[in-house]
Amino acid sequence: MSPALSGIVFIASLIVTLAVVHRPLGDHMYRVYTGQRHLAVERLIYRLAGVRPEAGQRWSAYARAVLAFSAVSVLLLYGMQRLQDRLLLSLGMPPVPGHVAWNTAVSFVTNTNWQAYSGESTMGHLVQMAGLAVQNFVSAAVGMAVAIALVRGLAHRGKEELGNFWVDLVRGSIRILLPIAFAGALVLVAGGLVQNLAAPHEVTTLTGGTQAITGGPVASQEIIKELGTNGGGFYNANSAHPFENATGWTNWVEILAILLIPFALPRTFGRMVGDRRQGYAIVAIMATIAVVSVAVLTGLELAHGGTVPQAAGAAMEGKEARFGVANSATFAAATTLTSTGAVNSFHDSYTALGGMVTMFNMMLGEVAPGGVGSGLYGMLVLAVITVFVAGLMVGRTPEYLGKRIGAREIKLASLYFLVTPVLVLVGTALAMGSPEQRASMLNGGPHGLSEVLYAFTSASNNNGSAFGGLSAGTPWYDVALGLCMAFGRFLPIVFVLALAGSLARQDPVPVSAGTLPTHRPQFVGMVVGVTVILVALTFLPALALGPLAEGIR
Amino acid sequence: MSTPTLHAPTGRVGGGLLDPKQLVTSLPGAFTKLNPVTLWRNPVMFVVEVGAVFTTVLALVDPSFFAWAVVVWLWLTVLFANLAEAVAEGRGKAQAATLRAAKRDTVARRLKDWRPGATEVSHDRVGASELRQGDLVLVEAGETIPGDGDVVEGIASVDESAITGESAPVIRESGGDRSAVTGGTKVLSDRIVVQITQRPGESFIDRMIGLVEGADRQKTPNEIALNILLAALTIIFLTATVTMQPLAIYSRAVNPGVPDSPALTADGVSGIVLAALLVCLIPTTIGALLSAIGIAGMDRLVQRNVLAMSGRAVEAAGDVSTLLLDKTGTITLGNRQAAEFLPAPGVTPEELAEAAQLSSLADETPEGRSIVVFAKQAHGLRERAPGELAHAEWVPFTAQTRMSGVGVDGRQVRKGAATAVMKWVRDHGGHPTGEVGAIVDAVSATGGTPLVVGEVTDGTARVLGVIHLKDVVKQGMRERFDEMRRMGIRTVMITGDNPLTARAIADEAGVDDFLAEATPEDKLALIRKEQQGGRLVAMTGDGTNDAPALAQADVGVAMNTGTSAAKEAGNMVDLDSNPTKLIEIVEIGKQLLITRGALTTFSIANDVAKYFAIIPAMFAAVYPGLDALNVMRLASPQSAILSAVVFNAIVIVALIPLALRGVRYRPASASRLLSRNLYVYGLGGVVAPFLGIKLIDLLLQFLPGMS
Repeated sequence: MSPALSGIVFIASLIVTLAVVHRPLGDHMYRVYTGQRHLAVERLIYRLAGVRPEAGQRWSAYARAVLAFSAVSVLLLYGMQRLQDRLLLSLGMPPVPGHVAWNTAVSFVTNTNWQAYSGESTMGHLVQMAGLAVQNFVSAAVGMAVAIALVRGLAHRGKEELGNFWVDLVRGSIRILLPIAFAGALVLVAGGLVQNLAAPHEVTTLTGGTQAITGGPVASQEIIKELGTNGGGFYNANSAHPFENATGWTNWVEILAILLIPFALPRTFGRMVGDRRQGYAIVAIMATIAVVSVAVLTGLELAHGGTVPQAAGAAMEGKEARFGVANSATFAAATTLTSTGAVNSFHDSYTALGGMVTMFNMMLGEVAPGGVGSGLYGMLVLAVITVFVAGLMVGRTPEYLGKRIGAREIKLASLYFLVTPVLVLVGTALAMGSPEQRASMLNGGPHGLSEVLYAFTSASNNNGSAFGGLSAGTPWYDVALGLCMAFGRFLPIVFVLALAGSLARQDPVPVSAGTLPTHRPQFVGMVVGVTVILVALTFLPALALGPLAEGIR
Repeated sequence: MSTPTLHAPTGRVGGGLLDPKQLVTSLPGAFTKLNPVTLWRNPVMFVVEVGAVFTTVLALVDPSFFAWAVVVWLWLTVLFANLAEAVAEGRGKAQAATLRAAKRDTVARRLKDWRPGATEVSHDRVGASELRQGDLVLVEAGETIPGDGDVVEGIASVDESAITGESAPVIRESGGDRSAVTGGTKVLSDRIVVQITQRPGESFIDRMIGLVEGADRQKTPNEIALNILLAALTIIFLTATVTMQPLAIYSRAVNPGVPDSPALTADGVSGIVLAALLVCLIPTTIGALLSAIGIAGMDRLVQRNVLAMSGRAVEAAGDVSTLLLDKTGTITLGNRQAAEFLPAPGVTPEELAEAAQLSSLADETPEGRSIVVFAKQAHGLRERAPGELAHAEWVPFTAQTRMSGVGVDGRQVRKGAATAVMKWVRDHGGHPTGEVGAIVDAVSATGGTPLVVGEVTDGTARVLGVIHLKDVVKQGMRERFDEMRRMGIRTVMITGDNPLTARAIADEAGVDDFLAEATPEDKLALIRKEQQGGRLVAMTGDGTNDAPALAQADVGVAMNTGTSAAKEAGNMVDLDSNPTKLIEIVEIGKQLLITRGALTTFSIANDVAKYFAIIPAMFAAVYPGLDALNVMRLASPQSAILSAVVFNAIVIVALIPLALRGVRYRPASASRLLSRNLYVYGLGGVVAPFLGIKLIDLLLQFLPGMS
């Protein structure tokens, strides 16, 4: 098989699997979030936490709960890292420096998993398992909870409550993420991933030196890292490391895990609003962007433009030989299209335009299909903005799923949309404006600019992948990127929940022939167009001076 | 599909097109609007003005032809936006001037101790502005009515052309639904006593002046929402432009060999170019035209002689999903008309037609006249010459006999209510057959009104047959209701008829539903029910008993002939008192929103081409590869940037007529409307600036300082 053909088979088999799996999974999540019964273990948790699971929360209470939970999580994670030398299974690691601990705590709580450290040489097993891996679960569950709250806002009729955050959080973790992660971990162990609590293994290398090989609970962390679109690797090399991603088929499984929940949530959305076609439309929007992105990225990498790849015959720098170009590119597209940020190859070494595609994927706001939960709510906000402009063009006050998009709704949607571009551009401008921060760049010229732009894009959009090249482990970058991650996560969440509250209050307008249909290809095309054009217009000047300048000759 | 023929403008203001003279007369207004204190309410144009000031300072410090050219065109951009608004307002001002002329301060004869029927009442003379609510004034032929009120005594013909533009006088009388009079109109005959209902300074004309001038214009909910979106886009582009500077400085620094260009030096992109880029990117087209669109929407209603009391009502009209239409006058012609002659057994159609015509000749009711007309049309019976029936003995209709007729040459003919005529025939020795009864029932069953014709000749009495009177649905109504359905609007016919009759007419007219034997309470209940389902309801009304329903409806159009109470309760007044206009009002409301959406799409789509012009102009010197983006092959960086700025300004002026006239609207389903508008304004918005900028560049490249 030629590389192109094998790439197509690889991608096509993923698409088919997702198409098959998204229905039962979406239906399962629908039952999880709408069911009345509580599991015994859940009731126990509620009792211990002092939560009344039946009490509904208005948007403000829901938002306070999200923020409070996340704030406590950040403090806990920060504390664990600072005190890790006194914890069990520390492997003798010293306390993590303050700025790194802050950055890492924010990073894992915001579902970003930007890693300013190398896992195997910084964190002990307990911090990895009880700190980071726990956040991998709950930060993903928070994203799903917020998305479900927005969907309830669209589905409810004249009701203030959006559900109960604690119930959504617990159910999402226990009934969705845990079972899939458990099964997935077994599959990955079968695929050759490591799973132990052993101390580092000293081996003598061929040259006669010694090397410490760290094992650990890798497979269990690997699966939730992908499934929860977190991306924080056990090892610094992330999913390029053979202990994290052993073979071509574990690579396939990991990509599937990344895309699984984000592509199934629209089904849940469709069921909850009582019109599956609406869910299909959202999936179609996500899939259109994703397929085009994967195709373009794979195409660009296979065509390997640029002097060095041309001379070498393939753009293999930074890619693992066991995955090859196409499967690395697919992983790169999947990880940047979702807010995962795991990498199995180094985006810094991609062709200039290929690197730009990974950046553009994130700049879309992580919506195609985006992070678990965050992808759905981001896409729904874009749908609201599209409906507003399109609705005007059919001569009615715009409405989405019967809910009118008035001044308050458009204000919240606009604020949501403003946050990440402002963070990315201001952050990049500050870094590029300071000679000190520019010194962190590995490369000069437009490629150096791309490294900085990528870092702020990744942090603000809660992706977490690193372009590589940039030495971002400095206090300035740790603080700046940490702020980008925190604002990039929680400001949008507050706006989304406020939007949900304002939608939930409304009585829906009945559908008529004069209503803009939001389930047809016409609407799908329009959302795709609005998303791509708005993002392109926002970031074109920055991209022109980075990857475009490098890539167009 | 037929397009609805929108009324030719009947008002005093000219057609919808832009008169170039208006541009000139509005210029002073455009300059006064440069005042930042008022301009900041339009965030997009305010940013442009700040950019214009900023570049002016830069051009003063470091003058060049290019810099001044950009400065001039940035100021022109703001000016053009102001011009659009001033032109839109200017049309209203012309109208207000006409109205003010009608609002001369008249002297009123205020009555003291007036009681109904009193003939001799003392009065004093006061200025119209001193009149209070409840005052009674006497107005006689030739006098101007001093204020809004209701006629409490008398009947008069009134010239209302000052407000309606209609020169034919109208009748105003006490009691009933035609009692309201408007201050500033003139009594042509007779004398009336008017009870003033307005507060001083709040007359109908005062409100009209305020409305057409746009003085108390408030932003409508949808306009506010759109403004927020535009502000957000402005912030995004402001961020994109400003944050580009450190990146540009860096890019220039890592390419030290590149010579300075007017766009990019070691200090980064020049302030002039940054401001030009920003102005090109922010949605200036829609920002400039937004308020003009709103004002023009109200104005289009005024041109159709409809006064909207708020912009909110106009917007709501576009959202209406249920239309309540009165049967009489809106769906059907005013009265029932003869539609069929159904002879009894043994009677020829001609015999029946002749008798029916004969019995109706003296009948001056609309029904009677329609029988004569129908006899002529269907059976070629001419009207008789006056002398022919000189000795005829006419029997007028009375409520007791419930029939009318004629006696001539020993022959008696009667027509009237079925039971009455049958009884008359029996009384004269005739025996109406059961078949006639069957015909009568059949006519009733279809919702028609049966009139029976009988005669007594030479002592023999017999029934000749039945005249079928029916409501005649106005031409073209069915097509209009089909259109409404395609637009997603439900039509409900309101009538006092019994359900049987109502159903027949509803079926014939093609309305979706009907409310029979409707009382004002029923109407109100129906509106509430529709609204509970989330629907917006529009209705027309004129009587005082319509007032609660008018107030409850989201769009309540009161007829100008109606009572003051109805006019107070509604949020629109139709000066022509034409209930069919409700349909046009809905279309104008939709057109208003479509125009906003279309120009917003156009405005954002324009940005694509502007990037292709400006980015290579700024950076191709540093990164020659970026010249590949210069797909328009613009002559030089300076001419490329200036062309984009010039295009951006000119497109505002070019679209003023569209903003005033509104985007073409055809009733169609939402999907089809969207497809069409996306092609025209979305795709067109992407393509047009590529052509426009290239064209401008072809001209500009010959200017000095452009290379």
